[in-house]
Amino acid sequence: MLAKRIIPCLDIKNGRTVKGVNFVALKDAGDPVELAAKYAENGADELVFLDISATEERRKTLADLVLRVAENVTIPFTVGGGISAVQDVEILLQCGADKISINSAAVKNPNLITELSQQFGSQCVVVAVDARQMDGRWKVHLVGGKVPTQLDLFDWAKEVEQRGAGELLFTSMDHDGTKDGFANEALAILSDSLSIPIIASGGAGKIEHFTDAFIKGKADAALAASVFHFNEIELKTLKKELQQQGIPVRI
Amino acid sequence: MKIAIIDYGAGNIQSIKFAIKRLGYEAILTKNIETIRGADKVIFPGVGEASSAMMKLIDSGLHTLIPSLTQPVLGICLGMQLMCKFSEEGKTQGLGIFEVDVVRFPGTLKVPQIGWNTINQLQTPLFSEIAENEYMYLVHSFYAALCPSTIATVTYGFPYSAALQVDNFYGVQFHPEKSSDAGIQLLSNFLKL
Repeated sequence: MLAKRIIPCLDIKNGRTVKGVNFVALKDAGDPVELAAKYAENGADELVFLDISATEERRKTLADLVLRVAENVTIPFTVGGGISAVQDVEILLQCGADKISINSAAVKNPNLITELSQQFGSQCVVVAVDARQMDGRWKVHLVGGKVPTQLDLFDWAKEVEQRGAGELLFTSMDHDGTKDGFANEALAILSDSLSIPIIASGGAGKIEHFTDAFIKGKADAALAASVFHFNEIELKTLKKELQQQGIPVRI
Repeated sequence: MKIAIIDYGAGNIQSIKFAIKRLGYEAILTKNIETIRGADKVIFPGVGEASSAMMKLIDSGLHTLIPSLTQPVLGICLGMQLMCKFSEEGKTQGLGIFEVDVVRFPGTLKVPQIGWNTINQLQTPLFSEIAENEYMYLVHSFYAALCPSTIATVTYGFPYSAALQVDNFYGVQFHPEKSSDAGIQLLSNFLKL
């Protein structure tokens, strides 16, 4: 039986792990390769590396990091952050990334999704969407959630799927950093209306939040960062608990 | 031991190379016909779209080489699919090693299937020391049905082939190089064939 996935997310800046709370206020949380290997050993199903550096050497630094992760970790991983061209993706995949994630660049140039899925296959194209509720409607936000758009989350999600994305990673800006649980209602709508896997992100604080994301939110995978980085939730304990709740997980 | 990983420009081969290195061997990435023919073990990877990958094989003459190999050959993911008779993806002929067609998952399922799924009915020494119901990592939209060459099954909506074998040719739908310890065990088993 296909297992529900638990995905620790590592925010990377200049080759180091950091974690923002509400996308600001960064704290150093260690060496990404070491952390990745530790997560893989403890039962993480996948990893996401989100590069938030803005230096000119970022591409090279990121490619080096991807190569080191591929060498040391035997579970799949996704790389995202600042990817806006086919060449960026080619380099990352060649260095050993399994998937890439695009966000703002996809909204600015939706054709990028089409191009990437045609050239590299849907299976490696994750489209990340940050959204928040404004006057009762979910609106897509850009640049790490800072810039609002008029784009409706559910319309955009449908387009993303039609253009060939293999997965949708949905972060609720309303929930991110709150540790109050995932946006389960919106997740369930996405899961029911799309036929690609949905990754839930934003709001994990307790084990039951993951249970809710899988049962109420019907998510295929759940992503979190700080609860894992700061050992608030231990991966092995989380998976055992999910198993007891009847959720299929890899143990 | 000479291990060749066929490099025809389709997919993530770096991880396979690293996985082999973890087992203490150095694999060569190559599309050179003589190098591949002279290898003790051949790994045929692949990620991406079937018809364009098949075109790349034809362009480099690998489409006639691969079926003629006599040493153990392991196709991984798209590599396995291309070793089948025909793929619905881009409607392309395959290498015809496995007598089965590759077809798309029905629309009632989430496609691609992405994630860890359990493998069953494990046969042949390729699965030595790998337990029934072991999890392997899969990511694919097309599948090979159960057939006489099936040596492992996996269920997504219904059971289908997780692995195939005919003579010296093996194919796995999952990614052993991404399947943690169990996947490394499978690669180690393959190198011992």
